[in-house]
Amino acid sequence: MEFSIWYLVLAAAFGLFMAWGIGANDVANAMATSVGARALTLKQAIVVAAIFEFAGAFLAGGNVTATIRKGIIDATPISGNPEILIFGMLAALLAAGTWLLIASHRGWPVSTTHSIIGAIVGFAVVGIGAHSVQWGQVGQIAISWIISPMLSGVMAFLLFMSVQKLILDTDDPLGKARRYVPLYIFLVGFVMALVTLVKGLSHVGIEVTTAQTYLLAIGAGLITMTIGIWGISRIQTVEIEEDESRFTTVEKIFGILMIFTACGMAFAHGSNDVANAVGPVAAVVSIVSSGEVAQQSPLATWVLLLGAIGIVVGLSTYGWRVIKTVGRKITELTPSRGFAAELATATTVVLASGTGIPISTTHTLVGAVLGVGMARGIGALNLGVVGKIMLSWVVTLPAGGILAVIFFYILKAIFSS
Amino acid sequence: MSLRLDISPQLLIIRDPLEFQLLEKQMTTSYLSGIFGASPVRPLQKHMEKVIDCVAEFKPFVDAMLAEDQDEQDRRHLMIIERENEADLLKKELRLHLPKSLFMPVDRRDVLEVLAFQDRVAGGVRSAAGLIIGRRMNFPEPLRDAFRALVVRCTDACHSAYSAICQLDELIETGFGPNEIELVNAKLQELDDIEQDTDEQQVSLRQQLFELESGIPPVDVIFLYDIISKTGGIADRAQRVGSRFQLMLAK
Repeated sequence: MEFSIWYLVLAAAFGLFMAWGIGANDVANAMATSVGARALTLKQAIVVAAIFEFAGAFLAGGNVTATIRKGIIDATPISGNPEILIFGMLAALLAAGTWLLIASHRGWPVSTTHSIIGAIVGFAVVGIGAHSVQWGQVGQIAISWIISPMLSGVMAFLLFMSVQKLILDTDDPLGKARRYVPLYIFLVGFVMALVTLVKGLSHVGIEVTTAQTYLLAIGAGLITMTIGIWGISRIQTVEIEEDESRFTTVEKIFGILMIFTACGMAFAHGSNDVANAVGPVAAVVSIVSSGEVAQQSPLATWVLLLGAIGIVVGLSTYGWRVIKTVGRKITELTPSRGFAAELATATTVVLASGTGIPISTTHTLVGAVLGVGMARGIGALNLGVVGKIMLSWVVTLPAGGILAVIFFYILKAIFSS
Repeated sequence: MSLRLDISPQLLIIRDPLEFQLLEKQMTTSYLSGIFGASPVRPLQKHMEKVIDCVAEFKPFVDAMLAEDQDEQDRRHLMIIERENEADLLKKELRLHLPKSLFMPVDRRDVLEVLAFQDRVAGGVRSAAGLIIGRRMNFPEPLRDAFRALVVRCTDACHSAYSAICQLDELIETGFGPNEIELVNAKLQELDDIEQDTDEQQVSLRQQLFELESGIPPVDVIFLYDIISKTGGIADRAQRVGSRFQLMLAK
């Protein structure tokens, strides 16, 4: 191929741009709940997000990347003409990036995941033909977009109900919090480690047996729990002053728990959303390096690394500002609620990542928040906004698709002349 | 208590509705923060606070009446009217700005009705005070202590209703757990008991008045009965706030 280097450079640049956008915007939604609940300061949130987004993207981001890279399009019809797929993937990246830029500017609630899937499907239908889209897989992804917010909603509902029964609505919420919160912390460490070990680590070259997996996951849970117990023991019971709720200290203990769920959240987000940026890049890289569309070659590690770095750069250059503004507005979400929403979201997302299904972290989080609301845990939720989010879900797919088609023809015209 | 007096009433009134408007605007900048509506709990409690402020002026007003200090009485009457107006404004603001799309742990209609009942307590104070001022009424010497006691008990009833309303944020904190609801019910039971007291006080006041009737101008007698029932009505209205509040929790 005559423009190989150009394709690689463009793919890397577009992918980096997309990853930057994810770091700048999406991570904010994942972390803002923690900042809003005052479980983390802004600086702490950025450090936590940087470390765990990176780890999630690098360690557990492979499966979703594989899905986006080769699970959506069946490229056999164009096996003689691999450049079409290159143009398509570049166009999809550019389209999703552009759509996100427009949407963020106008304040529309769109999802990175939905944009990139819409863009890839759009290009495939026009550029190759409708038969080239693996509709079964796409259908599965679309269903998962409905199921994931519902699943996280139910999980958040149950988590919050258990908190209410075990801790909040008892005679001694403080004592109960000190006793039971470590168990929730264990749960966070256990679930995150388990899913990562079961589904994620193979591409980094670490192979473990099932028994080892569970042992390691329990170990990880125990380690996090120990750290958590240490953190909780440092919280002193503040004498209840007048005007102050008797739950002030209780919420502080939940604040410790929320530090852990925030880590889980960042990890889960990294594992799922990095693929939106690097999936198409990986496709281009594999075509350029092998010269064919079959894409048998394994995922190049440096591509995941590129995405992980892009996210962290986006977070540090622009994302902190978004976290600051969004976090300041989410004061209604106290740590006892925030943790339930975050843990439910992180678990759902990390499960989806393990299965290789790209879902929207933000939509899953919204589902979880609604779940806590259903349990009568939140003062007021604005269902108008929820409706808007649902609507954007429908609009983003064709928008990403149409933009991808436009960019596809432009790129084709430039490189074919 | 002392802090509240330092803040101008305007500020108090505007602050919460503004929150609603701000949130509508936020929808365009971040939908995740937009999903959290402004909770009606604080405004509801703040309105009850205003009502209590109004009620708190009633005792000094009656004291001034019984001490026959007209200047002080007029001053207190103006305060009552002012406080009642402030509560009324707050009520209207909350009504206008409670978005229809809110999904709340309590019913929207319940919030608005509790609000209306709260407002009626202030209205009751104003109407009792208005009647006293309008006819420059006073109680005959033998009835004064008993009437003062009734006023004190009515004020207690309002405070009791207020303390139940104050539990609303804790109710939400515990996700309306059975234990917390039990606590609120205990407070409402106390309110019922106080109201019962005021009923008995009214009966005995009327009896004493009946015995003195012959020595008082008939028109005055009629209105003295009226004042007694209007004052007792304040406790009634406080109790109705409590009952309506209880209904809100029984979901």
